Amino acid sequence: MSFEPKNPVVKWVDSRLPIIGMLHHALNDYPTPKNLSYWWTFGSLAGVMLVVQIVTGIVLSMHYTAHVDMAFDSVEHIMRDVNYGWLMRYMHANGASMFFVVVYLHIFRGLYYGSYKAPRELLWWLGLVIFLLMMATAFMGYVLPWGQMSFWGATVITNLFGAIPIVGESIVTWLWGGFSVDNPTLNRFFSLHYLLPFVIVGVVILHIWALHTVGSNNPTGIEIKDKQDSIPFHPYYTVKDLFGLGVFLIIFCAFLFYAPNYLGHPDNYIPANPLVTPAHIVPEWYFLPFYAILRAVPDKLGGVMLMFGAIAVLFALPWLDKSRVRSARYRPIYKQLFWIFLLDCIVLTYVGGKPAEEPFILIGRIATVYYFVHILILLPLVGLYEKHKPLPSSISEAVLDEKPSAKEAGNA
Amino acid sequence: MTTTTPVEEDGVKRRDFLYIATGGIGAVGTAMAIWPFVDQMNPSADVLALSSTEVDLGAIEVGSEITAVWQGKPVFIRHRTADEIKAANSVDLETLPDPQADTDRAVKPEWLIMVGVCTHLGCVPLKESGDFNGWFCPCHGSHYDTSGRIRKGPAPLNLAVPPYSFIDDKTVKIG
Repeated sequence: MSFEPKNPVVKWVDSRLPIIGMLHHALNDYPTPKNLSYWWTFGSLAGVMLVVQIVTGIVLSMHYTAHVDMAFDSVEHIMRDVNYGWLMRYMHANGASMFFVVVYLHIFRGLYYGSYKAPRELLWWLGLVIFLLMMATAFMGYVLPWGQMSFWGATVITNLFGAIPIVGESIVTWLWGGFSVDNPTLNRFFSLHYLLPFVIVGVVILHIWALHTVGSNNPTGIEIKDKQDSIPFHPYYTVKDLFGLGVFLIIFCAFLFYAPNYLGHPDNYIPANPLVTPAHIVPEWYFLPFYAILRAVPDKLGGVMLMFGAIAVLFALPWLDKSRVRSARYRPIYKQLFWIFLLDCIVLTYVGGKPAEEPFILIGRIATVYYFVHILILLPLVGLYEKHKPLPSSISEAVLDEKPSAKEAGNA
Repeated sequence: MTTTTPVEEDGVKRRDFLYIATGGIGAVGTAMAIWPFVDQMNPSADVLALSSTEVDLGAIEVGSEITAVWQGKPVFIRHRTADEIKAANSVDLETLPDPQADTDRAVKPEWLIMVGVCTHLGCVPLKESGDFNGWFCPCHGSHYDTSGRIRKGPAPLNLAVPPYSFIDDKTVKIG
């Protein structure tokens, strides 16, 4: 556990600022449950994507002009004139989608294995804060190219705040810096879009700090009990994460090089026009479930509140889930509810991308109701009444139990 | 502990090869991925497209000078007087910090065309001034003569002569 450097330079530095020892502890000998599956790779992948977004973003901002008259053309300049500019921009645009893919998988991993339960409540909260910051950053970034979708997305989303009683209109004017989305709006969005990723970095550090304080959850949901249950992070999980990264990069590159505009909208290649709204405006795919919830309510304030509420209830999850068993592996009823909930979220995503007409309105409403029923009603009740399967006494026992059966199957 | 990997006579294991091969591929791949991030800061296509400038010489009288812009830099175009040409040719090249004959610096003696950027640290020198009646850089005191050659001060080289050609008697193409 303790870090005892031999190199005199490292020794000299570490006795004055123990940063090398801290990194060594975090990346090298961090005791990790020995049974982590590939579902535990998405945390490190999210970290990699944050770095990719920051690096490509810094590059793009070297060539981008945040002004309503020049923003659209400067993006085209990046695409046509800047060396590898097309690669930088497609990496950044598809990178945002990939970032959300891995973060959503990371979140659902946490839901399945009960990673939000004590003592990991703060870890879960910090993760949700990162998620909220990501959504704000992604939204403002999408405005910067100043295409039709940029402009009307900015208009619709900022107008959400107009639903707040009494002060709503003043807040929207304040957000815009004027009486419509215009140059002041674009400038402040650019400033904040550059700032927030570094705020995310800060919260990620807190997230990892909290993680290393309470330790990683694992597929059994049982805590590490003795040395037999854990292995050092390096080389076991550094190599596992690197392999996961390799597979992930193949998928990322497939989008990047073969379908770079598949996840985007053609309307955003039309320069922003404040006088004409596109016939069918939809947010990027990663906002669709929340967009579906917004549209499910036939009331401005109600829709906005329910949409923000959909994320707010996730903060209460550690206390709503009454079950003392973490992993769905030993919770037969919760396991089924989890898959239904996942399906419900996929339905919301699908409906969010469809026009606001029947039957999508009805489907959206049912799916919205179920989203809240699952979290607010089913989760507490199942926790109280569910009879869980017998838990293994330790991680080691769970791992060793699997082995004989695997051998038998191999011998048969 | 027994090893399942056969050790060759020279002590090299198959695993050693795998480590080096994996690391090598990783290093090459990383270098290839980093290159676009470096190259994006090089001049873009639209900047490279502005590689030449055409200037009309008709309005420049003897003894006067204009400053054209080529690749974002000032270019001095001076219609030299006979005295200036004579002064530029009557210098002992041996005494110059950067020896160069005036005939090597001007295609036509009456037209002196050079990049107006001091070779010391990039300021724009002032015309018709300095100890040699040529150019004088106010930043750090470099004196250039009527051929734009460095004569005194910290600058190491003569003012640069850009590539140019005369399209006709009254038009020059720089670049």
